[in-house]
Amino acid sequence: MIATATRSRLASGAIAAFAVIALLPLLLSDWVVFLVALALAKGVVVLGVVLLLRGGLIPFGQALYFAIGAYTVGFLANRFGIGEALVALPLAIVISALVAAALGLLLTRFRGIYFAMLSLALSMILYTVLIKFYDFSGGTDGLSVRGFALAGVTPAHPGLVQYYLVLVLTAAVVYVGARFIASPLGYLMQAVRYNEIRIEYLGASAGRAILASYVISGAISGLGGALVAYLIGHVSPDLAFWVSSGDFVFVAVLGGTSSVFAPLVGSIAFEFVKNYALKFSPHTWQLTLGVFLLLVIYFQPQGLWTLLTHPRARPR
Amino acid sequence: MTAAMIDIQNVSRAFDMLRAVDDVSLSIGEGEIVGIVGTNGSGKTTLLNLITGYLQPTSGRVVFQGTDITGLGPRRTTALGLARSFQTPQLYTGLTVLDNVLIAIAVHSGRSADFWMPMYRSDRVSKAYELLARFGLGDQAARSVSKLPEGGRKVLDVALSVILEPKVLLMDEPTSGVSARDKFSVMDTLMSALKKHRVTTIFVEHDLEIMERYAERAVVFDAGKIIADGPVADLLARPEVRRAVLGED
Repeated sequence: MIATATRSRLASGAIAAFAVIALLPLLLSDWVVFLVALALAKGVVVLGVVLLLRGGLIPFGQALYFAIGAYTVGFLANRFGIGEALVALPLAIVISALVAAALGLLLTRFRGIYFAMLSLALSMILYTVLIKFYDFSGGTDGLSVRGFALAGVTPAHPGLVQYYLVLVLTAAVVYVGARFIASPLGYLMQAVRYNEIRIEYLGASAGRAILASYVISGAISGLGGALVAYLIGHVSPDLAFWVSSGDFVFVAVLGGTSSVFAPLVGSIAFEFVKNYALKFSPHTWQLTLGVFLLLVIYFQPQGLWTLLTHPRARPR
Repeated sequence: MTAAMIDIQNVSRAFDMLRAVDDVSLSIGEGEIVGIVGTNGSGKTTLLNLITGYLQPTSGRVVFQGTDITGLGPRRTTALGLARSFQTPQLYTGLTVLDNVLIAIAVHSGRSADFWMPMYRSDRVSKAYELLARFGLGDQAARSVSKLPEGGRKVLDVALSVILEPKVLLMDEPTSGVSARDKFSVMDTLMSALKKHRVTTIFVEHDLEIMERYAERAVVFDAGKIIADGPVADLLARPEVRRAVLGED
């Protein structure tokens, strides 16, 4: 339970944080601003991961929905000449949700490592399809995303418009995520993590709770993928590769699962550490990231987010 | 004898060569408080699992208010009005006592799929506090279940079942793991709350003192069979029953 005072403090903090992020284009260089936008868009995907992690499920294949969202934007722009975000983004959400609903019927029968591995396998199937069907997907070359437009207007500075689009949609997704976590379904998902027998003996279905959460998670991650496609301007099969999924779980652990803001904090930290590690130590950047995660796990076992809420957390 | 609430007809359940429940027939009337007693492994918990549909019987039928519920599964038997507590309390240990109760209330009111409205609605929270007060847990609401003493967990486990407004409540060893000093207060709390709800109650128990004090009727199990069934005081005085339950010569 979050006390009302804590909740209003969090809301004020969030509004202040989003306001500061909104001012960044005036203060920082373009590449830093781009990095922040990319981190926020990927943070949206990670929020989808966190919704399932709170239920004790490890979605090691969330890149499936990330890629579906991204390729929806890619196909529309590249094959149909539709760069309109108000068309592509809702479509990315709907397609991701529909795929999640279909695959969820299978996945919700599994728990633990079986759920993790099966979700990973499904994302790798998409990866293979994207690589092999060249005429359809562009193979390993992928598809370029051209002609970004918003509400029928092609902006003179698309990067800036995309930045604010990402910011607004991230805030919206965080709001949806917060509503979900505080709702009966959100609590039931946490209950799944602790005791499915009691859920069944209350007359509820753990499977249905997981399916509903999985669809919401897939839809959110699809939106994140679509935003990343606009930001990068290109989609490729690597988006569905297992390394992508691994990154999302990595960031979820890094940020923590106790708040809807945690994935954003984790994602921003991840993108900056990764980019600076690549810059200063191009051959050992993975080692730097690994050490960073180990330090976080040791000193802030509940994730970087708890630096803000419980700054003196003890090492495990 | 009141109308049969539960009618167990020639139910057997075997695990490989072991017949855990062996051709058991038992009829329980509305409003009865029945204690099932027997040694470890005599088939008491298996019978509860068969009634609630957690296990399928090898043969026989379980009829609840005239409807065959054999092997329906816990979710469907719960929806029909059977609720259950466990020897090891089945709770959401990482959540608070209040969260546990709120989840049960949301499920019972058909709002468990709601992903938009908040769980902490004032009407739901008031109802939860009212129930916790009735079960003597009012001051524990904000406490994590993992930090609750065993007696408190037992009571909470039963409270979650009572929220469902069941017609029949099955309790598996409600005082096991509770200290000898606390066992009567735990049972007093439970039984007084249950009497208010006029719930047909079946509880499994090892403790004859508990049986004598709280059950109206005793059913004695030995090696998967019912060896005696009747008023508690009469039954527990019989030497063959004491031999089966306590191992007395």
